[in-house]
Amino acid sequence: MAEPIFIPVNLITGFLGSGKTTLLQRLLSDPALADTAVLINEFGEVGLDHHLLERIDDTMVLLQSGCLCCTIRGELSAAIKDLHSKRERGQVPRFRRVVVESTGLADPFPILSTVQADPVLRHHFRLGNVITTVDAVNGTAQLARQPECTKQVAVADRLVLTKTDLAQAAATDALISRLRRLNPSAPLSHAAEAPLDAEALLSHDLFATAGRSEAARRWFAAEVTPRDDEARHDRNRHDETIHAFALSFDGPLDWTLFGLWLTMLLNRHGEKLLRVKGILNVAGSSAPVAVHGVQHLVHPPVHMTAWPDADRRSRLVFIVDGLDRGLIERSLQAFLRLDAGNGVGVLDQQALA
Amino acid sequence: MCALCGVLSGSGHWTDAAARPGLFTRNVDGLQRRRERGHRIACASRVLNYYGLTLSDWQASSYVLSTATGKTEIVDNLTHLWATAEKLLGRPCDPLDPDLILRLETSGG
Repeated sequence: MAEPIFIPVNLITGFLGSGKTTLLQRLLSDPALADTAVLINEFGEVGLDHHLLERIDDTMVLLQSGCLCCTIRGELSAAIKDLHSKRERGQVPRFRRVVVESTGLADPFPILSTVQADPVLRHHFRLGNVITTVDAVNGTAQLARQPECTKQVAVADRLVLTKTDLAQAAATDALISRLRRLNPSAPLSHAAEAPLDAEALLSHDLFATAGRSEAARRWFAAEVTPRDDEARHDRNRHDETIHAFALSFDGPLDWTLFGLWLTMLLNRHGEKLLRVKGILNVAGSSAPVAVHGVQHLVHPPVHMTAWPDADRRSRLVFIVDGLDRGLIERSLQAFLRLDAGNGVGVLDQQALA
Repeated sequence: MCALCGVLSGSGHWTDAAARPGLFTRNVDGLQRRRERGHRIACASRVLNYYGLTLSDWQASSYVLSTATGKTEIVDNLTHLWATAEKLLGRPCDPLDPDLILRLETSGG
């Protein structure tokens, strides 16, 4: 298999005790993932988690100075650069992917931001999937109380439900329904029930050309509808204000106006815009363009080879914390209708006629 | 890099992504880059008008943002644009502000 031009960096996150290390251990025992470099981070004085992992070799790095999201600019980027340097010098095997296991308390955003923003890293690495483990026994309580946990679920590309064998079926169903409301499009696996498909967890991301259309199709496969019945309960729950919704727009849209609008929105509300994903029908581009953002960070937009289905509308999925869907839709429509004199920037040409 | 000012070009912003296989960008060649910058300034100006700000190109590498009273800042990309606009104005620039939306809807900016 050809070596990837950019090495994907996957992130395994999940709240304390939700089974991240167990998941990593299972993934690493899969022969398909033998060429994976691993960075482990454990909060506290002593890195305990690495003792639980059997495979300790040159491509496994333990970050011990504390919580990843706090030490991010230094240690994580230095560790990845060091691995890359050793890889190029032949001191470690030529790994094809990196997996970073974050602490349970870490906000995933700074970790993702490091890979994308670091001037060296961004020329050799790209972001892969964010895999979030959720504990079926304690997940509901953690989601209700811990803001980090909610954020970890909202930004996930893959959700792995752990300890389902220890939880009541009804409680698991309720948790799944809550996870679906927070993040409707991430595929959900049950760690306890079936052998995990390591390839599906760590590959087929939007930026791997092979899985791109499939990844985009999944974004919109799940029905994104507000669950008003659920929202009425438990007003004091922490995750109550987080919800997902989808918007669609007819006709080609102006890329520049969209970029202007999204950067303005992220500048003011980036903290509350946990996720934005979309396929855009861009004026002047024959193929659809996929955009994908996590809070303030927007991945470089990618050209899709083809539309995932017959629908040619631009579609966007938002996961927001407390932002008003109606205002977001109206604001984007108003921006896209701006006529900057180039005869573009309209969703509905007739609206300007 | 501009030898005179020491300004590093290439912000790495997603709207100016470097041309790579599979990526969508209008940062492919000089002509396209210039055209996109011109269009971007025209579009942004329609919104910035609401705040009494003006935007112009600077050496095809940055932008110059000015208030009506002449306070001026150089900005690198769209992210810095909004943060700098807020700094110059001393108030937030919120695309979800119903008043701004109404102005854009009714007057096209």
